[in-house]
Amino acid sequence: MKNVQFMEIEGRSFGYLALLGILGAIILVALGAWYVMEHHGHYVTGMNNAVVWGTPHIFAIFLIVAASGALNVASISSVFNKTAYKPLARLSGLLAIALLAGGLMILVLDLGRPDRLIIAMTYYNFKSIFAWNIILYNGFFVIVAVYLWMMMQQSMNKYSKPVGVAAFLWRLILTTGTGSIFGFLVARQGYDAAIMAPLFIAMSFSFGLAIFLLVLMAAYKWTGRPLGDALFRRLKNLLGVFVAGVLYFVLAYHLTNLYATEHHGIEAFILRDGGIYPQLFWIGQIVIGSLLPLLLFYHPSTGKNRTLVGLGALLVIIGGFIQLYVLIIGGQAYPLEIFPGKEVIESSFFDGQVAHYAPSIWEVLLGLGGMAVALIMVALAVKILRFMPTSLADEDVDPHHSA
Amino acid sequence: MTDKTYNADLSRRHFFGKAAAAAGMAVAPGVFLRQVHARPADQAATSEQRWGILIDTDKCAKGCDSCVTACMDENGWGRADASEDKSGPHQKAQWIRKVTIKDKQTGHVQSLPLMCQHCENPPCVDVCPTGASMKRADGIVLVDKHICIGCRYCMMACPYKARSFVHEDLEDQKVVAPRGKGTVESCTMCVHRVDENGTPACVEACNADNHNAMYFGDLKDPNSEISRQLKQYGGKELRADLGLNTGVRYRGL
Repeated sequence: MKNVQFMEIEGRSFGYLALLGILGAIILVALGAWYVMEHHGHYVTGMNNAVVWGTPHIFAIFLIVAASGALNVASISSVFNKTAYKPLARLSGLLAIALLAGGLMILVLDLGRPDRLIIAMTYYNFKSIFAWNIILYNGFFVIVAVYLWMMMQQSMNKYSKPVGVAAFLWRLILTTGTGSIFGFLVARQGYDAAIMAPLFIAMSFSFGLAIFLLVLMAAYKWTGRPLGDALFRRLKNLLGVFVAGVLYFVLAYHLTNLYATEHHGIEAFILRDGGIYPQLFWIGQIVIGSLLPLLLFYHPSTGKNRTLVGLGALLVIIGGFIQLYVLIIGGQAYPLEIFPGKEVIESSFFDGQVAHYAPSIWEVLLGLGGMAVALIMVALAVKILRFMPTSLADEDVDPHHSA
Repeated sequence: MTDKTYNADLSRRHFFGKAAAAAGMAVAPGVFLRQVHARPADQAATSEQRWGILIDTDKCAKGCDSCVTACMDENGWGRADASEDKSGPHQKAQWIRKVTIKDKQTGHVQSLPLMCQHCENPPCVDVCPTGASMKRADGIVLVDKHICIGCRYCMMACPYKARSFVHEDLEDQKVVAPRGKGTVESCTMCVHRVDENGTPACVEACNADNHNAMYFGDLKDPNSEISRQLKQYGGKELRADLGLNTGVRYRGL
């Protein structure tokens, strides 16, 4: 590998300023939406006492999971010594921090009492996986920041491997924690499965790399820097493997559930009878989010077309959102089984009925705001510090490549 | 004037409490005076009691919701809280509700009240990140409104859908039930009454209506009515498969 040159982007073009302006405007609108929710109370949102985690959670969990996965590219270079990925490691670390910040912002602003954030940081119930997550998320910021420092300061480069290993292990634990939020819910038929942890890790690999690929494509296209085919093809193939990995865990999850009688109800609901949820599952998650991207990535003709591969990555992201919607909302919409063997014929609290949920505009705007926060952080950081190599052309990245 | 009466009341209770303790020690070491339930307000709840409610579904009248109404009036939610008017029916608080169920196999129809089951191992307490969701030593599961951040994870974890989230600003809350926007709440087993040696409002209302479908008492006291009833006739837990050892039990299910 040649000595890769890192350089800040110029960041004076109209396009760059327009990008900042648009992202800034989205963030302002999101803060306005949060103000409405906070001022009036959560009755303005789509949530209710059955579906307590709504659209903001889908955005937040998507970003948190993707943050962990965005670090993969860095991990592959430092932990697994794949030199071809080394020039991408800084951007990978930056994206990881930015996505996590965006996700956490949504999560915090969707709390019933966001003003009590200090309590969340000073009172810990260590039996709660949520409390662990607060530590895991904050630790991730610190460890990835240190990792970036080790990579970016030449005199510290020698430490980048051990810190990279620590960051890699930390992110695996972090995503295990995020998946376990659901895995620990014994009462809910749709969750309560240890497979949630590995499923979330596979999802993080897939969503994180899809976002990384799109950010990379956009950043190099907009700054006019070269991005080689060999590197691009590697990333694309890797993303395909991750998408297939998610599909495998989804299959394993549903097959185990289908085997256990107590889960037949939720399986029928998600896969067949649940109205919008089976449609989202089969069309959105499976076809649009998994099979179509796999086809685009691996078909000999489309796999070579960057636009179509980029479209594939976009579909992975859309499919990821849909997957989390089916999981989070679908899992709550399915009624709690309080009286096994009995049917609820009357209840003032809608027991035994499928819960209704419709996302409100406030929730969606808050979620988009979190995404804008992540992207604006990346856009600003690459202007201030040297995150992006001046060239990712094949000959600059991997001299042994044979294009 | 009110303060004075209150203080007089307190000191009288202190006196009786101490007298009872002294009597207890005097009678014989190891002998426990179970009938002394009253505990001075400045003393913490102890694990010497485990409060519970037994519900006899055969006596619970269909169409009767005295327990629900009594809870509303006592704690100021639902009909009793006129300020909670912006929330939709799915968003309004429900501390206790009447549910009618039918056995899928036999067609047998039953009616019963459903509220926080005050588990010995409450999933809501396990998952709460700040410890706002907590269980008292005497088995009553509560939410500390001062440290609840409104994350709703406890609502996700509760197998009984027993918790509600306050979706809007409230006015004129009851002193005994400080409800507040953005926090989670649920049945407190009328802890304020229990601490005054009283009975939860739902149980009282059920008895006042002569249905007598609810028994409240100390599950650890073998001589309490609830313990005797449970010993003789048994009582089922809802979702017994989860192993939560609930403080609320149902007979006839």
